[in-house]
Amino acid sequence: MNLSVFKDKKPGSFRELGLLAFIVVISLLVEIRNPMFFTLSNLEDIGVNTAILSILAVGMMMVLLTAGIDLSIGATIAFSGMCVALTLEAHPELPVGVALVEGILLGAVIGLILGIFISRFNILPIIASLGMMDIVRGFTYVVSKSKWVSAYQMPDDFKNFATGNIFGISNFIIIAIIVYVCFFYFINYTKVGRWIYAVGSNPAAAKISGIPKRRVIALVYMLMGALAGLAGVLWVSKYASAQGNTAEGEEMSVIAACVIGGVSITGGRGKVSGLILGCLLFGILDNALPLINVSPFWQKAIQGAVILTAVVANAVIRRQSDLKALKSRKI
Amino acid sequence: MKRFLKSLLAGAAVLLMILPVSAKAKRKDSCAFVFKSTGNPYGEKMMDGFKSACEELGYDAILRAPEQPTAEGQIQIIEQLITQKVKAICISANDADALQPVLTKAMKRGIKVCAVDSNVNAASRMVFVNQADSEKIGRTLIQAAYDMTGGGGDIAVLSATSQATNQNLWIDWMKKELSENASKYAKLKLVKIAYGDDLRDKSVSETEGLLRSFPDLKCIIAPTTVGIAACSKVVADKGLIGKVDVTGLGLPSEMAEAITKGVCPYMFLWNPIDEGYLAGYVSVTLAKGAIKGEEGDSFAAGRLGHYNVVKAADGGTEILLGPPFKFDSTNIDKWKTVY
Amino acid sequence: MENRRIILEEKKWNPRTFFFQWEWMLVALLLLVHILNGIASPYYFSVDTFLSTPMSFLDQAFIVFPMMLVLISGNGNIDISVGSTVALSSVIMGVSYNHGIPMGASIFICFFIATLCGFINGCILVKFPELPAMIVTLSTMILYRGIAYIVLQNQAAGKFPSWFDYFGWGYVGPIPFIFLMFIVCAVIYGIVIHKTAFGRSVYAIGNNRTAALYSGIKTSRLTLIIFTLTGFMSGFTALFLTSRMGSTRPNIASGYELDVIAMAVLGGVSTDGGKGRIWGPILSIFIIGYMQYGLGLLNQSAQVVMIILGFLLIGSVLVQEIHIGKNRVLPGRK
Repeated sequence: MNLSVFKDKKPGSFRELGLLAFIVVISLLVEIRNPMFFTLSNLEDIGVNTAILSILAVGMMMVLLTAGIDLSIGATIAFSGMCVALTLEAHPELPVGVALVEGILLGAVIGLILGIFISRFNILPIIASLGMMDIVRGFTYVVSKSKWVSAYQMPDDFKNFATGNIFGISNFIIIAIIVYVCFFYFINYTKVGRWIYAVGSNPAAAKISGIPKRRVIALVYMLMGALAGLAGVLWVSKYASAQGNTAEGEEMSVIAACVIGGVSITGGRGKVSGLILGCLLFGILDNALPLINVSPFWQKAIQGAVILTAVVANAVIRRQSDLKALKSRKI
Repeated sequence: MKRFLKSLLAGAAVLLMILPVSAKAKRKDSCAFVFKSTGNPYGEKMMDGFKSACEELGYDAILRAPEQPTAEGQIQIIEQLITQKVKAICISANDADALQPVLTKAMKRGIKVCAVDSNVNAASRMVFVNQADSEKIGRTLIQAAYDMTGGGGDIAVLSATSQATNQNLWIDWMKKELSENASKYAKLKLVKIAYGDDLRDKSVSETEGLLRSFPDLKCIIAPTTVGIAACSKVVADKGLIGKVDVTGLGLPSEMAEAITKGVCPYMFLWNPIDEGYLAGYVSVTLAKGAIKGEEGDSFAAGRLGHYNVVKAADGGTEILLGPPFKFDSTNIDKWKTVY
Repeated sequence: MENRRIILEEKKWNPRTFFFQWEWMLVALLLLVHILNGIASPYYFSVDTFLSTPMSFLDQAFIVFPMMLVLISGNGNIDISVGSTVALSSVIMGVSYNHGIPMGASIFICFFIATLCGFINGCILVKFPELPAMIVTLSTMILYRGIAYIVLQNQAAGKFPSWFDYFGWGYVGPIPFIFLMFIVCAVIYGIVIHKTAFGRSVYAIGNNRTAALYSGIKTSRLTLIIFTLTGFMSGFTALFLTSRMGSTRPNIASGYELDVIAMAVLGGVSTDGGKGRIWGPILSIFIIGYMQYGLGLLNQSAQVVMIILGFLLIGSVLVQEIHIGKNRVLPGRK
């Protein structure tokens, strides 16, 4: 077999191809069962619903790249969303932009505190974020005095932000695209972005070569927090309600989407293209299952099975591509 | 050493800051109210009513709810209430059967137990404060859907959690209404029952799913205040006012905009404050021993008048608050500030 | 150099280093919790409180023991599917009983399913060692819970025979049955973890996987065993939880995995591996349990408990980092 064909291809591209094929196959199957799937409005629905997940996935990818994890993002979403909702309830005349900034700042602060715990005090990310999750979630309830903020207590222009659009493209999709473009540039073409990869794949080497490891890690969590804060504002706008238990368990979905997209949980590996595909798969699953009339009681099991299959398939494909890469080495 | 002491002191300080002033000597007798989960505006209103009833009668009111709508959370709370030796517990349950062991334990210790809003099984309670006849609710909602769709079309139900007693009971009556009057509802088809878990975001996604999967959907029945509000928002956002009607059980404060816009031609509810108030009276009256929750008992409930205890369908007993109340564009403005 | 001397030499019993261990701090914390609770509520100090309260939080405690093993075995090992395993085995037990299978056999089925769930986790991890346990157990968490929903949908299974209540509510003399079982398990696991070669090998894997592998320890088999054990103990939790509730549904035991991990971590077990002793998690189970109970007696909302728990968690790790670092007396400290 002529292996020189694979000489120039990086092993990673196999992985993304497999995922892409998977998505295409599932989409076709769903389309056959229910032709409503490929309509513009449905695709737009998928886009809007995936927007929030994608924004979170960007932040989580950065965290995972440094071999960390952040379980507190659900709580951060709830907290920033609740604070913004309370602010708008008290001052309905504030423009949406202020709400967005407030949410991002709150999220960034929480993320920064978490980042400091992890980088400066050497607390393991899983424990630190677990603790933060409890604390921030608790404060969400405290701040709202355990009450919900309902739609009629929010100003109209804020609620309409979710359904609004610019030139026909939904606001949410635009924000997601902006986030992705910035992120793509940041992670692939800036010094600090490359540092993130370095810290994750070989922390010792990174430290010795002068990369300020602590600051990079703190930065990564702060960015994750800021994105979670942004997601919180979007969440509250979309659903027009802020509750104490908003976004519970969301962190698991985000991590699953990242992992399916090929981001390694042990750090150092992951591409933006894979991330987009991972989020897309999640969005399609969420959208498609009700469309093909799957009973709601089957949905969870199917999700779990799909994730497990995708993860195992990832591993199998990676083994193959690693093997091929080894074989193609000139010894 | 110094740093260790400092961190220990800091920890103790945090703990002390959070603990309220300790309970001194003997407190007033108290009755407890346990709702399904924290934050739900419907539950909050019931708690208000319960509290005012208890205060009128000279009892303290303890208002609790788990942060997650689970049975385990409620079991823990009830255990704590038993230790605090409350006189009566009134509960809106997350699960009809799972609380039986702990509630029987409470009753064995002399604590009177009644249920409200979401029932527990007959063995776990002395009496159930029913907001309205479940049969009536189920049947009325189907009739409303029939009316709104003009006699035919696809309809769907957006419920709360799949385990909630009251939800399942109402849905069962809806199905019975459809099957018992098959000729009348020949063209009306119940296509799906979706579960929004009383979570705003899930309710929104489920509604979007319904609209996507069933393009011929004409009416959505949402017998949950969270669900109906979420539904109305989605229908309005997608510009489907008039094509898809929403009805169900909703809080007037949350649904005022939807009713005036026409998303929801009319909906039903009862006064949750009154419901809580009645529950409070029932709890205290049970605690005092004036009634035992048996069929035929009769008592006065403050500003609501006299009530009788009647037999309930599940073998236990219940007290009916009253008939469901219809909210539409003519009276919504009056009620949206009340609750 | 310093560390090596501490391990190899016969250490003189220095009261300062002895009492500065994390476990003694937990004892102090437990006493503090009791004192504060007692001051705050007149109902707290009673025999009933001390003996009966554990009934409400000990059902989760059974999983803490194998979770300790999983965490100690390092390599990022963790099992977040335990809550779903509890739900699934409980649901299947209920459904079996409701379909005519005698209760004793149903209980056996419960344990079988639970062990199977753990076994599957272990198998996948052994076949694909490059997959992080977090991800595998995340997907099985969703999958198992999903199967439970397929089986029971929105129904409940229950109406168990009255003797079934005994597990969760019964007493042996003055001590609740569940408390007794917990003590039995604690003793067994204490011996297994600290006094057997099996336990030692788990520490070895956690500290230096490659060295352990090359010294003849069968790492794959060990991984399989500890994950299967986790499944098995989840069966206990399912049994006690179902007995306490008298019925079962697919949505029970949600969030249990994080609770169990918090209990283990507060007890001094590191998620990095290689560290932790049995006393720590046992104490932290009671600390968290009594604290929640005490705050509940004051009718504080669950949120306050969450905040305190979060602080405790972070604080515990911080304190361990700063103060215990130099005084570790644990085997094979890296």
